[in-house]
Formats: sequence, structure tokens, C-alpha cells
Amino acid sequence: MGYGSIMTEVANPELEPHAVQCERLVKRYGALTAVDEVSFDVRAGEIFGLVGPNGAGKTTTIECIEGFRKPDSGSVRVMGLDPQHDRYELRERMGVQFQSAALPPRIRVEEALSLFASFYRTSVDWRPLLVQLALADKQRAPLATLSGGQKQRVFIALALVNDPDIVFFDELTSGLDPQSRRSMWELVADIRERGKTVFLTTHFMEEAERLCDRVAIMDHGRLVALDSPRALIASLEAGRRVVFQVDGAFDDAALRALPGVTAVEQTGERVTVSGEGDRFLSSVAGSLESGGVAFRDLRTEQPNLEDVFLVLTGKKMRE
Amino acid sequence: MPKLRGLSRLLIVQARLFLREPLAVFFTLLMAPMLLVLMGFIFGNEPDPLLSGRGALDVGLPGYAAMVIGIVGLVASAVETSTRRETGVLRRFRASPLRPLTYIMADVTVYFGMTMLGVGLLFLLGTVAYGVRFGGNPGTVFVGVFLSTGAMLSLGYLLAGLAPNARVATLVGNVTLYPMLVLSGAVVPMQVMPEGVQSVARFIPLTHAVRLLRGLWTGDALSAHPVELAVLAGVMLAGTALAAWTFRWE
Repeated sequence: MGYGSIMTEVANPELEPHAVQCERLVKRYGALTAVDEVSFDVRAGEIFGLVGPNGAGKTTTIECIEGFRKPDSGSVRVMGLDPQHDRYELRERMGVQFQSAALPPRIRVEEALSLFASFYRTSVDWRPLLVQLALADKQRAPLATLSGGQKQRVFIALALVNDPDIVFFDELTSGLDPQSRRSMWELVADIRERGKTVFLTTHFMEEAERLCDRVAIMDHGRLVALDSPRALIASLEAGRRVVFQVDGAFDDAALRALPGVTAVEQTGERVTVSGEGDRFLSSVAGSLESGGVAFRDLRTEQPNLEDVFLVLTGKKMRE
Repeated sequence: MPKLRGLSRLLIVQARLFLREPLAVFFTLLMAPMLLVLMGFIFGNEPDPLLSGRGALDVGLPGYAAMVIGIVGLVASAVETSTRRETGVLRRFRASPLRPLTYIMADVTVYFGMTMLGVGLLFLLGTVAYGVRFGGNPGTVFVGVFLSTGAMLSLGYLLAGLAPNARVATLVGNVTLYPMLVLSGAVVPMQVMPEGVQSVARFIPLTHAVRLLRGLWTGDALSAHPVELAVLAGVMLAGTALAAWTFRWE
């Protein structure tokens, strides 16, 4: 509850211009409907995440919005532009990072940036951009000699070289180690701080939860939920859980009697206590101590976006 | 000209990338001069009654030029373009306001330039180091080289557009090129070929490039080669139209 004030709502979303408006978008490949009547708006200046398992239709949706795929029906507007009809105007004003794209292996980092900068009506000085992206010492390096994380940062630099109003990231952190992933998150948050709208897709629920102001959850081409991560998790009305291990038999009567405890489950040596309230954890731990229970590996679990996905679709993300 | 924005920068970068590719440099700039040196070592360039008083290199050199044109036009361009499509390089370009025509213009110009450089090096080495006799007009030879390059490049681009991936483009390019090199008379004199082969050779575009360059090299006027000029111009126009039609970013 105490964290509510951190979420600063846009003063009046209805008055803010929408960066993306997507209405009843449909894209079919033969018999497969990859995107099925998907509608949502992205507010200017927010980090919007399209999340879901691989194959949910995220990439097809983002590519329809970027103008690289033509929808079968529905309408898409990006900053008021039609991505099909106004494609070159849109390309002037958007930055794109693809899930799979490349540069010639022998091109140098500085050549790639000055080349792409020359394609745009307006572009920023790319040298500070390389410094920010920790690529300054790689300026003259051929692309083929860079690590996966470094290459990814070059592609981010290319996506920012035209000072875009909106930036699209498709599976930005796939294939990166946890440390590089975290530095990418800082980068994305920083891009938003500079007043740009960020539209990203990810199949990492943790990434969406940490990074996005609002997330749209997709499954089998359909949108199944759309809200802030906090609101989605709160909508589960699931309290916190305490999980611990015991040796041998365990009588859960004392726990069940505690105020705030809503359920106790035992599977083998594992005990899961569900409940709510500020003193939930300390009262469970106190009860175990005073009862002389030999417990180990005690930890708390809070519901997250993975649980939201499980409740909404009846299956786990990583299946 | 917003539609041509980025052209000059792209020309510079494409040229540098070409020169950084060891295989491209070898096949475009080094192989033909090496072949010339080898042939000079074996046969020399003494006048030979069998070649109507000309030397082996006098006859061979325009053919080697056609070989360079065939390699760059048909194989190098097709392999690089289809590889760039397959790996997603073209996809990255497509996300910018760069127009397809600007990209193709820069790419083709660099291939033209590199072919000219390769052919120029060959001519220079032949005339200076081996005393190869040049009886033609530099202007008409340039026209011949230009037209031959254009015809072969349009075929290479068409192949890149039709091939589903880089492996197929490489395979088809090479499988087409090597018989062409032999049958067109570029490396083996046409006179030693059987009648049947000679009649098939007429349907190979490179044959016309070889005949045209050989004729122009020894002093023929352009008007002496209406068939060759017509075939090469026709291939270039039809190939360019088809290549533009089949060009895909991804």
C-alpha cells in the first residue's frame, strides 16, 4: 500500500495524445490467425510492454505497428500516422530494434552510426550516444568482433540516432546474461526519462514487471489483459505466501488459528501458508518458534505477473 | 532530394566493405592479373601465325576482362545481396527512411566501380608489363565493358531476388558461371570448341561480352557488333526490370 505514491499517473490520460492506437488488429497467415482482434492504446511518454509466451503474436503485432507487415483488418495509428501509407514519415520519427537483424560483419561501429545518421532528416551526434552505451572504446571495432551484449547496444544506438519520438524494442534482452539484461533495463528507463515513448515486447515477465508502466498480456493472438503490473497483480486478490520445509509430521492447527492466515497446505515436507496483513510473516515465524517446530528454508512469495498469466490462461508461461 | 538522402555516405561505406572482403578483392582485382601472369609465363606473347599474327595474351586479355565481369556481376553481387537479406542486414536498412532505389543505386555503382578497377588493373598490367597490343579506342572499349557489366550485374541481382536463400544463390551463381566461362570463350579460345558447343554458346550472354570486348580491343568500331550490343543491352534492360520487380528487403 505504501508504495502507491511512486506510481505517478499521467495527469489526464484522455487529454494526452496517444503514441499508438491499435484497433481490432487482425493478421492471418493461411489458416493461422496470428493476431486476433487486438485493440489497445499506448500513451505518449510511457513504457508499454506487450508480453506473452513465444508464439503469442507479439512480434507480428509490433511489426504491424511499425509498418513492416500489412494487417488483414483493423486500424493502426502511430503518432497519428498510418504505418502503411505514411511509412517513410513514420520511419523518420521511430527507432526500431529487431529481434533478428544484422549489419555487415566488417562494418565498424562508427561507420554504421554515421551511415544510418545520414539516412534521416534530422539526427543526433552519435558520439555521446556511444559513450552512454559504454561503446566509446569500440568505436572503430568491426561489428563481428563485438560480444552479444555490445552488438545489442550498437543496435540500440542505431534505434536512437534519429532522436525518435517512439522506440520499439522486440525481445531486447533475449540471449543476454542477467547482468547485461539489468543494464538494458536501466537504459530503457533512461530513454523514457528523455521523454520518448517506449514500446517493447518480452517473454520475461520479470522484465515487464520491473520496467513497464503498463503491460498488455497476449496469448494465442489475443489480448487477455491490459493494465499496470501492480494493478494486474492486485487483481488476483492473492495475498502473500510463506513457504518452509519441515522434517516428519507437522500439525498445522496453530498456524490456522493465527489472524491473517487464510490457508495452509502441506505437500510432503513442504508447507505453504497463505495470508495477508502487515504482521502476517512475523506472526507465522513467531508461531513456529514458540511451537518449537524444526523448520528450514523459510521464505516468502508474492504473486507476480507469471501468476497473473497462470490465472488468466490456465497455463504457465514457460510451458 | 530526400529520396536520395544517404547515397554518398552509402557509396563510401559499401566500397570500403567490398575492399575489406578478401574473397571479393581476390576474384575482382587479383585473379585475372594472376591468370595473365601465368599465361605469359607459359605461352609468352610472341606473334603466332595460328592466331593471325597476334600473341596468346593479345587474344586472351579481353576474355579475362569478361571473366572478371562475369564473376562480379553474376556471383559476387548475388551472393552478397542474398546474404544480406538472409542475415537481416537489409531488414535493418528497411527500418530507416532509406529508399530501396537509393540502396540499389549505391550497391550497383560500387560493383560497377570495382569491376572497372579490376578490368583497368588487368589492362594496365597487360599493356605495360607484357606489351599486349591495344589497337582499339579507349572510349568504345569503355562502352563495351560498361554494357557487359550492366548485363551481368542485372542477372546477378535477378538471381538474388529469385533465390530463396544465400546458399541457393551461391550454388546457382557458380553452377551458371563456370560453364559460361568455358563455353563463352572467355578463358578457352572459341576456335578449339566443337561446332555444337559453338552454336550453344550463342545463347550465353557472356559469349557476346567476350566477342564484343575482343573485337573492340583490336580496333573494331561499335557498329561492327550490332548483335552483341543488342543482346547485352537487351539483357541489361530486361534483367534490370525483372531485378527491380523481384527485389525484396526480406
